Amino acid sequence: MKRNASRGLAYEEDLLFELSRPGRRGADTPAYDIPRVDVEDLLGGLLRDDVAALPEVSEVDVVRHFTRMSTWNAAVDLGLYPLGSCTMKYNPKVNERVARLPGFSHAHPMAPAVDNQGLLGLCFELEQWLAEISGMDRVTLQPAAGAQGELAGIMMIRAYHEQRGDTRRQKVLVPDSAHGTNPASAALNGYDIVAVPSGEDGILHPEAVAERMTDEIAALMITNPNTLGLFESHIAELCDVVHAGGGLVYGDGANLNALLGVSRPGDMGIDVMHYNLHKTFSTPHGGGGPGAGPVGIKASLAPYLPTPVVEQGPDGFFWNHDLPDSIGRLHGNHGNVGMLVRAYTYILALGAEGLRRSTDLAVLNANYLLACLREHYHVPIDRPVMHECIVSDRGLAETGITTMDVAKRLIDHGYHPPTIYFPLIVAGAMMIEPTESESLEGLDRFVEALVEIADEARTDPETVRTAPHHTRHRRLDETRAARKPILRWQPPTEPA
Amino acid sequence: MSEIQIPDALRYSKEDEWVRAEGDRATIGVTDYAQQQLGDIVFIELPEVGRQIEAGEPFGVIESVKAVSDLFAPIGGEIVEVNQGLTEGPEAVNEDCYGDGWMIVVAPSDSGAIEALLDASAYGTHCQEREDQG
Repeated sequence: MKRNASRGLAYEEDLLFELSRPGRRGADTPAYDIPRVDVEDLLGGLLRDDVAALPEVSEVDVVRHFTRMSTWNAAVDLGLYPLGSCTMKYNPKVNERVARLPGFSHAHPMAPAVDNQGLLGLCFELEQWLAEISGMDRVTLQPAAGAQGELAGIMMIRAYHEQRGDTRRQKVLVPDSAHGTNPASAALNGYDIVAVPSGEDGILHPEAVAERMTDEIAALMITNPNTLGLFESHIAELCDVVHAGGGLVYGDGANLNALLGVSRPGDMGIDVMHYNLHKTFSTPHGGGGPGAGPVGIKASLAPYLPTPVVEQGPDGFFWNHDLPDSIGRLHGNHGNVGMLVRAYTYILALGAEGLRRSTDLAVLNANYLLACLREHYHVPIDRPVMHECIVSDRGLAETGITTMDVAKRLIDHGYHPPTIYFPLIVAGAMMIEPTESESLEGLDRFVEALVEIADEARTDPETVRTAPHHTRHRRLDETRAARKPILRWQPPTEPA
Repeated sequence: MSEIQIPDALRYSKEDEWVRAEGDRATIGVTDYAQQQLGDIVFIELPEVGRQIEAGEPFGVIESVKAVSDLFAPIGGEIVEVNQGLTEGPEAVNEDCYGDGWMIVVAPSDSGAIEALLDASAYGTHCQEREDQG
């Protein structure tokens, strides 16, 4: 079989600091045509007495440096990127085209609303679409990513309880399968965390929540489908239990890709949720652009929305800053607006039918992978899954090959490894999320790679244990990197 | 996974901590099963001497290349000594979890609490059950 990864041109690259040469520069500045000022006089003691040791490099140095390093990346434009829980779907290029339209890309956030009606209208409409897709009443587009969305949501939950004088509620329920950001967001808001164990079948049971539901519980944070890729089928009852006890339910929207056009968190009883536009709505992850984590709420929480909110009046769209009970502003200006344009484009391009079909295919693809892998890898909870599936290294125990080894060996086959050792409740988990972007042939090739690795673990374990072999660098010492990290470049010390 | 060492002389919690009683002091660490499950340990956060800890409550954090977990106090009491060496050398827990990898010494608030923990044979069964479940 032809492997995707091979040794192509492999550049080594120094740090920009190491490329630096005194006096080298990338731009010429024209002669002064304004009066000189005495900076020392203006700044007094604040003026630093040595020059910042920034790299001195030419334009071509910088361009080559970053272009070379960009060839080191695994990217969704290069191949399947099955990182579970991250929904690494293909980012359609039409999103980029629309985001670069001058009316969007040149808009200034401080321009008067009358000059930004197109962009404000887009924000207004995107809010309504996200609300309709999820069954919520209002949406704020401000949060910059999922974790900030969680923070915003929990702040609104706190504001809701406090406004009612219900100050006893100082704890938040979080299932043991949750993403780490859930307890972190609650703790950042001053809440204590109460862990709720999942059942043997991998989902949460109403009794487990009821047992812990007291008048000290502010909220339950839940991800549906959960991190095992399973639909929380008791969700309506779970929400009833929490509501009956006076709490609210936060829905982590990380796995919303499994629900589009099929079921809506708002209908399940969720009061607050975030959307990861960079997962579900095809905006780039990381290097391609910042994230975006809008938050949807039920009407009872509307007074606490972050300001400003976009509204429509007789003179068109405008930013409403007048929410006296708001939790305040979460982001400069209006959030990562470029991402909002891309998500809007995606929803518009797919339409209701297309969104539904993307979910159907995402779920089908995950179940297809699980069906193909079942014979070759241990499946800890063998039930039909939603958009992602989990296998583990348990079946390889006698070979000594671990999940880490399988992940590293996958790189030699040209794949970014799946999410590993998560969720924590499954030992040696490999969490695989193919998304709807992959064709049947693409999935089959990925399965072949995993099957080949499982066989190799038995016939030639050393090759797996020492993988990757086709990469620029062989296996890195992650333990030493974590124990003795080098966190910054230090200039070489000059001999005295 | 290599064979799990479970010394007879110690007591154990279901959360994989061991306790060694020595007069009015009790030394606490994590078990061989725990360190094997966690893999290479890269960071350990321990409490200050003098702090009171409650049985079942987290007293610290352990981080490996795979995961981050809370350390749960198997018994309550006042912390009288902390293994400062683990800050710089967390690998001691992988290399010698019942010796150099000890974490804290506690003056137990209830001397009967240690006897109520699992003995080596019961803890061995507990580990085996989890292995069988996967």
